[in-house]
Amino acid sequence: MAKLGTVASINQTGAGIRLPNFCNLGVMLRSLLIVNLLLVAAAAIRSPSVGGIWLEFLVFAAFGEPVLMLSLVALCAARRWLHAMGYVGALAALAAFEILVGWFVYGAAGALVPERSPMPFGQVMFLVFFVTAVTLAYFDLRTRALSPAIAEARIQALQARIRPHFLYNSINAVLSLIRSEPRRAERALEDLADLFRVLMADNRTLVPIANEVELARQYLALESLRLGERLKVTWRIETMPADALVPPLVLQPLVENAVYHGIEPSEAGGEIEIDIARAGGQLAMVLKNPFPGGGRHSSGNRMAIVNIRERLQLHFDVEASMRSEVKEGTYTVTIRIPYITQPG
Amino acid sequence: MLLSSDVPRILIADDESPARVRLRDLLDECRESFPLAIADEARNGREVLDVLNREKIDIVLLDIRMPEIDGMEAARHIAGMAEPPAIIFTTAFDSYAIKAFEVNAIDYLLKPIRVERLLMALGKTRAAPPVSRQALDAASNLPRRHLSVHERGKIILVPVADVLYLRAELKYVTVRTAEREHLVEESLTHLEEEFADAFVRIHRNCLVARTAIAGFERNAEESESGWAVVIKGTGEKLPVSRRQHSIVKQFR
Repeated sequence: MAKLGTVASINQTGAGIRLPNFCNLGVMLRSLLIVNLLLVAAAAIRSPSVGGIWLEFLVFAAFGEPVLMLSLVALCAARRWLHAMGYVGALAALAAFEILVGWFVYGAAGALVPERSPMPFGQVMFLVFFVTAVTLAYFDLRTRALSPAIAEARIQALQARIRPHFLYNSINAVLSLIRSEPRRAERALEDLADLFRVLMADNRTLVPIANEVELARQYLALESLRLGERLKVTWRIETMPADALVPPLVLQPLVENAVYHGIEPSEAGGEIEIDIARAGGQLAMVLKNPFPGGGRHSSGNRMAIVNIRERLQLHFDVEASMRSEVKEGTYTVTIRIPYITQPG
Repeated sequence: MLLSSDVPRILIADDESPARVRLRDLLDECRESFPLAIADEARNGREVLDVLNREKIDIVLLDIRMPEIDGMEAARHIAGMAEPPAIIFTTAFDSYAIKAFEVNAIDYLLKPIRVERLLMALGKTRAAPPVSRQALDAASNLPRRHLSVHERGKIILVPVADVLYLRAELKYVTVRTAEREHLVEESLTHLEEEFADAFVRIHRNCLVARTAIAGFERNAEESESGWAVVIKGTGEKLPVSRRQHSIVKQFR
């Protein structure tokens, strides 16, 4: 997956915003569905009887599926060039390419299945052209429909990030240090500043996981100022690929949740465990914290989870997953996203 | 110079050590215009009640969000005391509590606390009556985890989870646990509302913990409905009234 370059199911800049990412599983599935639905429709029109639709569809599919598969593979491989052309240029290139593929497959099919009376070449080309146009139009519309959601996701990210509870308690903790331990107070204010620098930044593009880990560490340093020995953290990230790209603020809100729901309600405190590792073509993040139960402060929890899930979906469509479960007094949240790195 | 027994004795309650340090610093600054003594510190609601059982406290600076027994629940227990200390709530941010406090006219301080605001709140404790139990109950969105029994000026906490049943008699409600009985000055109706999830009414004067129901017995004496609830562990039989008869079906 790493070679395939860019990332999101929707690109958020320039021409990219209107062209889907053909490497994304969600885009592939959607293309498959649309093309096949159109083939069914075409079969229904051509078939003289209801019973004949199936046979007619098989003929279309024998031609259509190879075209589709070849197109998807080629478009996935060529997407960086397509993006460089701009939307109109990319459309023209795409149309030319589809006709080429259509012509090739038409020829190959004619050679392989000669006894089947073939449709006239012009009709086949029209079909290829029409199906391509409808599919692209669908993705264009979908992107337009989702683009407010992208803007929204940014705002949501802002909101999900930091609980006011944390901000004011941290400032309070720093205030308490100023007289007795000015050095530690300085250090804490620096951490707070770094944290907020990231929070205030434009958070639409993916960032290396190493940055997210650093952010979570600074956040935890501030929390341990308040919570002292009640907060224990274990990091298991030795095998983490530091260059893996993730949506910004995917880790810190989860860690904050763990502190808020797992550590603070307990007198004795507890341990937060964070595992990040590469698993084949995926990056897996697993976060565990004690779950004191009682559900006394549970309303904020779902918010952050929903928010992260939405942003993962916007960035990776169906290729990302997020699961959370409570088992034997431990809350575990697992995020899996495609392992991708900065292209070039 | 005033004797230390003449000045208000203050208890600082917060689970975060830096927050307690900060309050100490601020209270030291208040001393000049408002003589006071810092009597003790507590890290959760239970420690607050322990301190109150041990020594005389005039003012509690009470953080709302604390582990185990939070500030809100501690305050509700404190309000049942014969001579309760004044309570000044503190919170960094708790949108629910703040809204509820505004509605019920309960004073609170927002962290980080300014010394001027703290002085004002300390001054107010001289004149204003203590926050009423009713206002605190109305401001709480969660049921208490304990019932408080006030015996000889001490607060004894009975975990709600340990209660088998609650029975109203004249002025009091009897709280039955596996070990013993306690008397609390509360209304059965209020208890029923607060603990609707955990208790079920079987009679005009009786609420039984759902987990304490061992079974039902027929032809029980002095039972209008002819049914009685058998209590787990103690084996006591409590009559089910005709109006509550439906619960027999519900549980069987």
